[in-house]
Amino acid sequence: MGSSVVDALNDTLSKRIMVLDGAMGTSIQQYTLDEMDFRKGHFEDHNSPLKGNNDLLSITRPDIIEEIHDSYFAIGADFASTNAFSGTTIAQADYQLEDAVYEINYQSAQCARRSADRWTAKTPDQPRYVVGCLGPTNRTASISPDVNDPSKRLVTFDELVTAYRFAADALMDGGADIIMIETVFDTLNAKAALFAVIQMKEARNLDTPVMVSGTITDASGRTLSGQTAEAFWVSLMHGDLFSIGLNCALGADEMLPHVKLLDKSATCMISAHPNAGLPNEFGEYDQTPEEMAEQVRPFLSGGHTNIIGGCCGTTPAHIAALKKIADEYAPRQNPIAVQEA
Amino acid sequence: MAVKQIPDMVLSGLEPLVVNETTGFVNVGERSNVTGSRKFARLIQEENYEEAVDIARVQVEDGAQIIDVNMDDAMLDGEAAMVRYLNLLASEPDVARVPFMIDSSKWEIIEAGLKCVQGKSIVNSISLKEGEEKFIEQARKVKMYGAAVIVMAFDEKGQADTYDRRIEICKRSYDVLVDKVGFAPQDIVFDPNIFPVATGIPEHDNYCVDFFAATKWIKDNLPGAKVSGGVSNMSFSFRGNDIVREAMHSVFLYHAIKDGMDMGIVNAGMLTIYDDIPKDLLERVEDVVLNRREDAAERLVEFAETLKGQSAEEKENDKLKWREGNLQERITHALVKGVTEFIEADAEEARQSLDKPIQVIEGPLMVGMNVVGDLFGAGKMFLPQVVKSARVMKKAVAYLLPFIEEEKRKSGNTTQNNGVIIMATVKGDVHDIGKNIVGVVLSCNNYEVIDLGVMVPPEDILDAAEKHNADIIGLSGLITPSLDEMVTIAQMMEQRGMKQPLLIGGATTSKVHTAVKIEPQFKGVTVHVLDASKSVPVASALMSDTENSFIEDLRDEYQEVREKNARKRGQKAFSNLALTRENGAILDWSEYQPVKPTLMGNQTIRDYPLDKIRERFDWTPFFITWELHGKFPKILEDEVVGVEAQKLYKDAQAMLDKIIEGNLLQCHATFGLYPANGIDGDQTELYADDARGEVMATLNHLRQQTSRPAERPYRSLADFIAPKRSNVNDYMGGFVVTCQGADELAKSYEDQLDDYNAIMVKALADRFAEAFAELLHEEVRKKYWGYAPQENFDNSELISEKYQGIRPAPGYPACPEHSEKVTLFKLLDAEQEIGCELTDSFAMYPASSVSGWYFAHPEARYFALGKIDKDQVEDYAQRKGWDMPTTERWLRPTLGYDE
Repeated sequence: MGSSVVDALNDTLSKRIMVLDGAMGTSIQQYTLDEMDFRKGHFEDHNSPLKGNNDLLSITRPDIIEEIHDSYFAIGADFASTNAFSGTTIAQADYQLEDAVYEINYQSAQCARRSADRWTAKTPDQPRYVVGCLGPTNRTASISPDVNDPSKRLVTFDELVTAYRFAADALMDGGADIIMIETVFDTLNAKAALFAVIQMKEARNLDTPVMVSGTITDASGRTLSGQTAEAFWVSLMHGDLFSIGLNCALGADEMLPHVKLLDKSATCMISAHPNAGLPNEFGEYDQTPEEMAEQVRPFLSGGHTNIIGGCCGTTPAHIAALKKIADEYAPRQNPIAVQEA
Repeated sequence: MAVKQIPDMVLSGLEPLVVNETTGFVNVGERSNVTGSRKFARLIQEENYEEAVDIARVQVEDGAQIIDVNMDDAMLDGEAAMVRYLNLLASEPDVARVPFMIDSSKWEIIEAGLKCVQGKSIVNSISLKEGEEKFIEQARKVKMYGAAVIVMAFDEKGQADTYDRRIEICKRSYDVLVDKVGFAPQDIVFDPNIFPVATGIPEHDNYCVDFFAATKWIKDNLPGAKVSGGVSNMSFSFRGNDIVREAMHSVFLYHAIKDGMDMGIVNAGMLTIYDDIPKDLLERVEDVVLNRREDAAERLVEFAETLKGQSAEEKENDKLKWREGNLQERITHALVKGVTEFIEADAEEARQSLDKPIQVIEGPLMVGMNVVGDLFGAGKMFLPQVVKSARVMKKAVAYLLPFIEEEKRKSGNTTQNNGVIIMATVKGDVHDIGKNIVGVVLSCNNYEVIDLGVMVPPEDILDAAEKHNADIIGLSGLITPSLDEMVTIAQMMEQRGMKQPLLIGGATTSKVHTAVKIEPQFKGVTVHVLDASKSVPVASALMSDTENSFIEDLRDEYQEVREKNARKRGQKAFSNLALTRENGAILDWSEYQPVKPTLMGNQTIRDYPLDKIRERFDWTPFFITWELHGKFPKILEDEVVGVEAQKLYKDAQAMLDKIIEGNLLQCHATFGLYPANGIDGDQTELYADDARGEVMATLNHLRQQTSRPAERPYRSLADFIAPKRSNVNDYMGGFVVTCQGADELAKSYEDQLDDYNAIMVKALADRFAEAFAELLHEEVRKKYWGYAPQENFDNSELISEKYQGIRPAPGYPACPEHSEKVTLFKLLDAEQEIGCELTDSFAMYPASSVSGWYFAHPEARYFALGKIDKDQVEDYAQRKGWDMPTTERWLRPTLGYDE
């Protein structure tokens, strides 16, 4: 598709606020799945339990994953994020499934691709896009796992680059339009991912838009690795990003001040996909779609955000509520256009 | 349509740093740099990363907005050091909040650093020096890693030193970066080279003007680009005259910032406010900086002299003002400033006003010494000053002593003190400068110090402790075998059931060694004392009657050190000896033609002219002896220790004049050059003549054994000599130089209670020996061996070992086994020829001596052996004809396994 994706997105974003999908995990929980659903046809002989490794469902139960993508497109979402949050050799090592990483990413992109193509055909004036997701992995490149040895690291930059490059290639092979480096706890991991994506784009001669979404973990207003939202942007601005934003960990209320900071400093588009509030003591999300939409409203009325969506605890009903208010407000102005004026 | 506006440069650590007009000039902290800070270099070399991290922390506290990190040292694994240091800084939020400047002349080190920082850093630096292709490749990488970049005004033809060359190179670099690499223009920083002015060379006069013009040109013509540089370089000609230098820096920055300079490595403590510079000085400085008149430099030099004179004269007038204060003020002043002139009169005045003479010590003198102690503890006084204070104290005490004895005789009382401390440098070791300093500091704090001197056998130390009913025993040592001697003493204390705390100090001692090797031998308390300033708090904690947790905390700490060490050891894997030998540094002998020495066999040089040697002094270690850390001559202007360093330097020069005039020390050398070839098993044979039939000596080398990646060789000195089977006739040499007479001269000062000058003499004797070794090495390279007859280096280049060949001594990191010195000393008959002998532990006596082997191969280099495994120790035992316990004893510091 080449640079037409960037142009088309810029064009749409100059007219309206676009909508990302909601949580994959919460939707999968609606289905009653057993161990066999995660193995069927591919991993029957695997020697450790696989239930809970949701990424595998793109291979073993693509019907379910496509159905979930469909449910978000049906309420008007513009993007489907691939079901490959843990689709790196580093994260899948926990299941000894490094060998399945290519298939996970490829099939996840395929599920989203098929669904997006169906919906684009249905509503040609609203083309739908596949966002290939690169998750944070379960290791951090700038934090020591050992309090006695602060210089120790469990993963190196080079190892991360290799893992991310492999996943990114598979996502592109499977038909992703956009790459999103998401749920960033540690900016150095994200820099490695960005390095891999830049390499991938050069090797394939592509102009794929790159989205980055970080996670402010708590009330300190910092990422897990200690950066402010603004420093987070500065550290990644070299990647010619299509958008920067925040997701996960916080509800919309708590996330708003940090998104405002990004809005002020970043020269690209801004995205936000908060959780459905904060979890209760059992780890469940209680916020209703209406409550969430009211908390998200200032993101849009203040012109702080170009792309809005949901993370943990959000369902198609939540995203529908967000889509409704997104259409009430004018889009955030493109910062580059502002500068050129 | 409007021109697209270039955004601000923004960098980040944990927080962002915007660089634009409103931010103003950005200070870059320069101390975390092994080439710029001797202290930092030492900390990294000793792997004392904890303190190295503190250096970065202090800079941030002091206002540095960016921290420069440089690990360019031939003796370091620069990549590993860069990674470890940056990883540690990442764990320190107080430091990591600012961006880092990753500084190296080696791209590999820069790249390793870029892989460790989550923020947006600055690379320092890249340039067109090695051509456009490499420049583009590196710039691309910098961009992918997300860093800004400093570009040096340097190209294939060399460094830019004119306005035209500066703008030519900067323009070309900018165009390549922006057009070919797509580098963000706001992230490009130029360093257009700041050079010294007023050097007396007319070509240099316009350097500042050129820099300003180039800065302005860059800012006007290269949109978005920034300008940086190292400012203190420009005033280099006025070393030692801070008033002028500060004014020059202020004037330089005033104009440079006006012309657009954005950031720089500056010593913020050495900046006066432009408006505060006296008019006459300002005029002359601006004449120089702006090159306004031909005789500008001359006029400023002249004026600078009057400034020096003026302040000296003023000082002279102020000098005696303190005598107008009351008695206590005068005594305190004398102690703090180290003035001996009036102390006896003041002591007498105090004695007459008090009931008992001892009260003079307990009263006014101790009050004064407490002030000294507080200032020292707060880092406001430095060791040379404290030693001078001690001299004043000693003089006062010596004056009072007869009165106190008299008083005692009358009353039958004994003097009170804080405790009795036995101190000694252990058997086989002759180094005592540090021990003497500790002794002085302790005795100033009213401990009775019984100093047994150097090379003291363990029995004598322990007997003396029992005889004097000592409260504490202090051991000192500088060479590695002393470490084992200390272990032996701890064992003997345990056997004798002694209970006194044992203090361990000296250059090779460490907390780790003390915790792992010494403390477990002895049930009593063992404490490693890092330096003289720590000795008093440690002693007073040990002697305290009140309950405290010092000992308990210490034992916990050492336990932790042991556990940590055990973990580290466990991770260290070794390759087997045969494999390491196959993978040594392989030199191409077919391409190499060794130079046959002009002069074969042994030579002796007696009474080498001292003034010739003096010219070759490396002063930096001299200051380290006095615990002043910094590179000479920069240290003389150091913001914190500069004034003290200058005084010390002046005193040293005066002492040198005296030594040379009176011929008070004597320098002798003996050296030899021999045919040599390597044989299997890491040995080198030295032959009587070029027939290579008669073996005069066989040298035993050790080989690195800790596992390493395939491309890194397992080094051994054996690799630098052609093996016999190569049929290449190779050569090798050995030398011993010594400086005689220091002990006698020092003693004459000690007898006058002048420890300051006694220590000074010994420190200078060390310098003589070191400089003589360096001088002799040069003569060998150019003349006696003659393999580098054309060599032409200045002293600082010689100090940084730019020449071909090395001269390691047994005991160096590459060959840490000391007994090989016996082979060298026998070969040269050093005791007979120049009166230099070896102790039981293979230390050289006199202590101010230097020995070593000469290797000439261009690839010969210094390295550190590291730990070795048991198979190599067994092999070495067989080669040396020793049993295993003996071998393990001499190799103990390098053993990579538990015995």
